[in-house]
Amino acid sequence: MTVAPTMAPPAPTAVTSRGRMRRRFRRRPLAVIGLCGVVLVVLVALLAPWIAPYDASASDYSAVLKPPGTGGHLLGTDDVGRDLLSRLMVGTRASLTAGVLSTFLALVIAVPVGMAAGYYRGAIDAVVSRVTDVVLSFPFLILAVGLAAILGPSLINATIALAVSQIPMFVRIARGEVLGLREQEYVQASIVNGAPSRTILRRHLLPNILNPLIVQTTVAIPGAIIGAAVLSFLGLGVQPPTPAWGTMLSDAQQYIGSAPWFATFPGVAIAITTLSFNLFGDGLRDVLDVRMGS
Amino acid sequence: MSTPTSTRLAVEDLHVRFDSDDGTVLAVNGVSFDVGEGEVLALVGESGCGKSMTAMALMGLLPPTATRSGSIRLAGRELTGLRQREMRELRGREISMIFQEPMTSLNPVYTVGYLVAEVLRRHEGLSRRAAKERAVELLELVRIPAPRQRVDEYPHQMSGGMRQRVMIAMAVACNPKVLLADEPTTALDVTIQAQILDIMRDLREKLGTSVVIITHDLGVVADIADRVVVMYAGHVVETGVVDDVFARPQHPYTIGLLGSVPRPDLAPTSASDRLTEIPGIVPTLRQPPHECVFAPRCPRADDECRRDMPALVETAPGQRAACVHPGPVPERAGAAS
Amino acid sequence: MTESPAARSSGEPILEIRDLVKHFDVPRSRGGGVVHAVDGVDLTIRAGEVVGLVGESGSGKSTIGKCVVRLLEPTRGSITLHGRDVTHLPQGKLRPLRRQVHMVFQDPYSSLNPRMQVEQIVAEPLRMHRIASGLAARTRVREMLERVGLSAEVARRYPHELSGGQRQRVGLARSLVLEPSLLVADEPVSALDVSVQASIINLVLDLQRDMGFSCLFIAHDLATVQFLCNRVAVMYLGRIVEEGTRDQLFDAPRHPYTQSLLSAVPLPDPVKQRDRHRVVLAGDVPSPVHPPSGCRFHTRCPAAELPLCREQDPVLVDHRSDGHRSACLLVREDGSAPDITDITREGRARVHHQA
Repeated sequence: MTVAPTMAPPAPTAVTSRGRMRRRFRRRPLAVIGLCGVVLVVLVALLAPWIAPYDASASDYSAVLKPPGTGGHLLGTDDVGRDLLSRLMVGTRASLTAGVLSTFLALVIAVPVGMAAGYYRGAIDAVVSRVTDVVLSFPFLILAVGLAAILGPSLINATIALAVSQIPMFVRIARGEVLGLREQEYVQASIVNGAPSRTILRRHLLPNILNPLIVQTTVAIPGAIIGAAVLSFLGLGVQPPTPAWGTMLSDAQQYIGSAPWFATFPGVAIAITTLSFNLFGDGLRDVLDVRMGS
Repeated sequence: MSTPTSTRLAVEDLHVRFDSDDGTVLAVNGVSFDVGEGEVLALVGESGCGKSMTAMALMGLLPPTATRSGSIRLAGRELTGLRQREMRELRGREISMIFQEPMTSLNPVYTVGYLVAEVLRRHEGLSRRAAKERAVELLELVRIPAPRQRVDEYPHQMSGGMRQRVMIAMAVACNPKVLLADEPTTALDVTIQAQILDIMRDLREKLGTSVVIITHDLGVVADIADRVVVMYAGHVVETGVVDDVFARPQHPYTIGLLGSVPRPDLAPTSASDRLTEIPGIVPTLRQPPHECVFAPRCPRADDECRRDMPALVETAPGQRAACVHPGPVPERAGAAS
Repeated sequence: MTESPAARSSGEPILEIRDLVKHFDVPRSRGGGVVHAVDGVDLTIRAGEVVGLVGESGSGKSTIGKCVVRLLEPTRGSITLHGRDVTHLPQGKLRPLRRQVHMVFQDPYSSLNPRMQVEQIVAEPLRMHRIASGLAARTRVREMLERVGLSAEVARRYPHELSGGQRQRVGLARSLVLEPSLLVADEPVSALDVSVQASIINLVLDLQRDMGFSCLFIAHDLATVQFLCNRVAVMYLGRIVEEGTRDQLFDAPRHPYTQSLLSAVPLPDPVKQRDRHRVVLAGDVPSPVHPPSGCRFHTRCPAAELPLCREQDPVLVDHRSDGHRSACLLVREDGSAPDITDITREGRARVHHQA
């Protein structure tokens, strides 16, 4: 029984060269926009203390709830006279820390566990799968909020709570990919080469599951950023006076009628950040490892 | 090529082009051939030669990224200008196709009886009961044992060979003029392949269907085809009656192909014999060639070959080849001796 | 080039398989039961021999290959490599023996790690067995690449930059870099284009002559096996039904299944093909979960005599003590066998005469 080529338009090979990927990415304007947004947000987070026009924690009771554009405050001021633009900029740090860091923390724990479950099967897989199923039965936000409440309000605890909530999803992906890949002939060849399991996991399996993990990461981060905003909205994240977008939203609630800009700008910041990651992630998914016929 | 029978399918100057992120690919370049009534024509070539794309172009099943040009006449009727709706009426009724993978070509949620009957209901407007009766008859025609029971079975309950027969039954249900078979036996065991080829031969006799069989297996071609079209890099490089092409291959590529297959029936089984190798790989054409497409791999290539892609011309009675140095290799007594 | 070890020229058995059985459990969700993939196989491969193992799907030939390299552990029976019983050795103890056996795989697109350069792929056996590393490894890799017909610059490339034929050459280089005494080739050319198959087949032939390794060549294509192999074994539903030298098997096949197989392969010669008396078997290959009673082939055999063939399970018999063995109850003591092209059976087999 010959394995003859499948019928499909001439498609790119399973692993595309970096140059090809870059070219394909550039042809997707939305993805490029997303990337720009991500870069912008990251830069703001890194440089915030230096580029912010005002001290984000400095209150000025003479300039309370000023509309945007007045008195040198580009985006206006909040209920204690702090410059909104500066607070938004510094707030980026909290969001990205909780959002992005939590995702990477989840990866570091989830990937080895998932890979072990998928490769060794047996008891490890049974335990890991059941635990993952149980944890996944909780909606992500509820789990994060619950954990953060238990751990107590702080940036670190919020990050931990978000990380734990993301672990099961990554475990599933890592496990699923390894289950598929371990039957590949190059893995079998490695066994015949005399390679021990740890070498196979590290050199053959891990590099080949990176792509789906990367893609999932770009999807998880926006979710985590929103999660971070929710937590700080509920007062479970960074504590005042450190700015965070969620906290700002929470403070702005009672002023929605009188000073709508106070609530609008943090909301817009959250939206832009998550949208940028989403667009970038979409583009990345299209560009990485195009499978035939998909 | 004069044939006493009428021409069922006439393809002229067919071109298929793909435009994708990675550039343009010229999959089919100026392919022309015709198929007579009740004739079996084999499209032979290796992967990337464009034979499958040709079939998809004939059926109007090319993906949206493809551009097609040229003429396709089915019993005199031009297909290229037809709208999707009109093409859908023809597909399954006048021209049908069977594919390589019997495992994935049948919808697993329907019984095989339903799948066959559906073709009949759609194209011939039969009632449900009449269609089912006819479906049983068709299953019997393709030699499925106990057809009345099996008509209610699901594809996953059947073996690969059986599924392929179901596909054939669906394809000939409305007695189409032309049946396209894209590598119909490649995924099957050799004894099952023999059964399927036998069935196809039978059908050709009973129903008079013209068949275009696409394959890379020269044994299958020798077994079932009347005429052969050899393709390379989207071009037709040789055509002729099957006996002639095998006995006196004209194009160096055909000669190479024939020589690359081990021949247990020939020469003493001396271990010093080697198979003919064709160095290099099949090219993917991205622009029209300004030399013979096979020149980079051809043992006979010279400056004349690199001037332009040779046209398909008659190089021996009844045989055509696109080569400026055609003809069998002098030292070899051809493929059959 | 290193000197071939003495064993290679002495005809000693490199591999001895005795009564090998491999069963797989079918998960209860899919109906349960046991797949009798390999059901009692004996096979010996001597130094320098190329033995072909032929069969269709479900015959168990690939399973045997995997058992020999211990990608699978046999259910019963024994596999002896260079005199050592490796049947149930734990992977740790197995490692040093893996220097002597390697495998070439079928699918050039999945047998090379897409994220590793060719050099790393071919060097892995050297590194795993701590034979060479760094510059020494690189040198050996390049030598090996040249031997399989690849230029040294291919070493830095990735698999996706290579054609199917080139990838298969890399696979061969990887499996031979340690100069093993036994190579298991599992359908190494089935997934390649016809013209590329020829170059790989030629290459295997050349390398085998050069390096002198024994080879278990697993294939479904009889023509290739006939071209390459000294001895051939034909498998059906987990058993060997016929075994002999290449000439014995192809010139005078005894078992009706061997005859059917040979009859079913179309020759690339239209004139000859038309004149052939072809036997077309009826029915499908039975499921390996429920193999037929008695002779496993009796359900499709054009020569089957009931109830004998349904009740008795034949064993491999060497009728003329010349190494040509067949497992058929109808083969007589002098080795003469029923000629299935002469047999017509209503509803069982069709003899196809074409004028």
